[in-house]
Amino acid sequence: MAGVEEKNVALLDEPPVISPGQTFDSVTDTITDVVLKRPIGLAWLGGLAIGMTLLGILGMAVTWLLLRGVGIWGINVPVAWGFAIINFVWWIGIGHAGTLISAILLLFKQTWRNSINRFAEAMTLFAVACAGMFPLLHMGRPWLGYWMFPYPNTMGVWPQFRSPLVWDVFAVSTYATISAVFWFVGLVPDFATMREEATNPFARKVYGALSLGWRGSARHWTRYEALYILLAGISTPLVLSVHTVVSFDFAVAIVPGWHTTIFPPYFVAGAIYSGFAMVLVLAIPIRKYYGLEGMITMRHLQNAAKIMLATGLIVGYGYFFETFVAMYSGSTYERFMIHNRWFGPYAWAYWSLILFNILIPQVLWWPKIRQSTTWLFFISLVVLVGMWLERFVIIVTSLHRDYLPSSWGHYTPTRWDWATYMGTIGLFTAAIFVFIRIVPAISIFEMRMLLPQAEVKE
Amino acid sequence: MSHAVTVPSIYGLLAEFDTPTELVNACKAAYAEGYREMDAYSPFPVEEASEAIGFHKSAVPLIVLVGGILGGLSGFMLQYWINVIAYPLNIGGKPFNSWPAFIVPTFEMTILFAGLSGMFGMFALNGLPRPYHPLFHVARFSKVTRNKFFLCVEAIDPKFDLVGTQEFMERLKPLSISEVPH
Repeated sequence: MAGVEEKNVALLDEPPVISPGQTFDSVTDTITDVVLKRPIGLAWLGGLAIGMTLLGILGMAVTWLLLRGVGIWGINVPVAWGFAIINFVWWIGIGHAGTLISAILLLFKQTWRNSINRFAEAMTLFAVACAGMFPLLHMGRPWLGYWMFPYPNTMGVWPQFRSPLVWDVFAVSTYATISAVFWFVGLVPDFATMREEATNPFARKVYGALSLGWRGSARHWTRYEALYILLAGISTPLVLSVHTVVSFDFAVAIVPGWHTTIFPPYFVAGAIYSGFAMVLVLAIPIRKYYGLEGMITMRHLQNAAKIMLATGLIVGYGYFFETFVAMYSGSTYERFMIHNRWFGPYAWAYWSLILFNILIPQVLWWPKIRQSTTWLFFISLVVLVGMWLERFVIIVTSLHRDYLPSSWGHYTPTRWDWATYMGTIGLFTAAIFVFIRIVPAISIFEMRMLLPQAEVKE
Repeated sequence: MSHAVTVPSIYGLLAEFDTPTELVNACKAAYAEGYREMDAYSPFPVEEASEAIGFHKSAVPLIVLVGGILGGLSGFMLQYWINVIAYPLNIGGKPFNSWPAFIVPTFEMTILFAGLSGMFGMFALNGLPRPYHPLFHVARFSKVTRNKFFLCVEAIDPKFDLVGTQEFMERLKPLSISEVPH
């Protein structure tokens, strides 16, 4: 595998996936030192403090919500979904890039993924945790969340399986579970490395327990590899299904602006778009700060940028087709929906979304831009905001004016909406900062496989 | 009085190598020599080593398949039972067994069961978690999670002979040979 990769790199004259001169030792040390040797720095503490502060705000917002109910949010009829669902879709979409990198790129033997899959998977887990909070809080009585699952109960009622909202429960909980399984299975051999490299007896014990006594046996590796590729195989349709089902939450309803067949592919592309933006937002500072440029090379950043460009164009196609179908359908309500998006009270959101998601990212066509980490970081932030606006437009502008003008309304988020949203960003940030310091952020054993020394010569 | 089974006093002999190529060659030589109860150890998967010691197929794919089928069946049957038998509701005149609507949870349950049974199956087949293993007595073996490759011929192999096997291993030119105590 490694040999083929090297040749491809030479042919295309691209930056390598791993810098030359690396050895089994250097790979192991570079990655484990971030966790085991490196002193706690001010930048890390500062980042964690910001995350923890926002996390505290989340605690406050959720407590107030539990005490007072969803009335503290801006939601009301006709816009009953508001921030909760916008943020749910946004977060879960961000998570999708992690699965794409770990599963789909593995199936396609894209070995460059080996250095970014671990933290991309961590990103998935944390993003799904943030996403999962929103529907739960939105239910009004989150402590009865288990009612969503089919279990024998004294009320004698069962979930309504014809509803996409129930499908969503199954899709998102399966996605969270399988992502955690994939992540943990990938970590076991690296926990064994950590067990041997750690000097602190307590750390050795914890890593030893997490490694399950892994000893690198050839028989174990064979079963391990078989499972790893199968997990990738089942995660691939899973990740596509998750955002498809999320889009069904909208597409199955008859609201103009929601009831359209383009939603599943357009949602999946949008998810990957925002997910890769988040990968870049995390990878660029992490590789710089921890000196991992030899492993997360410009090749990775450029590939991520190209994927963003491609998925961004698919999203653009989605916007175009929504408009085209609304005009072509001849339906008054569909046409009004587009008119309202373009010129209604939320037109600012629509046009900013076009600017952020479609126009600005076109600069990625220029190789110079793709080679600049500053530009990539900036464009990724723009895309993250753009994709959030997309969900805002889909949910709010569709709901606030549907069929009956007498039922039209307006939606304004309250400070508690913002506090909950910012709070989940804090949860995500804090989790990423903690993760970086306790778990090897790059898959060590898969990096060893990329080295020319790993090749068996006949 | 004679014992039918004699418990070997050591676990086996462990040879250490510097590269995956040497490990694979050693595995091939040991297999040709007639050893079967042995295992190779490496810091990353070396498929050729596993082939060379005669371990070709694992049961993991079968477990994942069976888990997936069971998950799909139970997912569909759960929905059928709820919607047709336990709690039939007429929703817009749709049939009680609205099977197209049940496909999404059925699919998710297939994936869930396949993934979980795969993970638990893989660890169970590997005998993990196993915090204690005789190999951990050998100090040099800690490099197996870093940069060294090992071949262990186990004492339970019928051909194992402390002196003979050691001589055989020396011919493989390893970095070191260690006795692995129990």
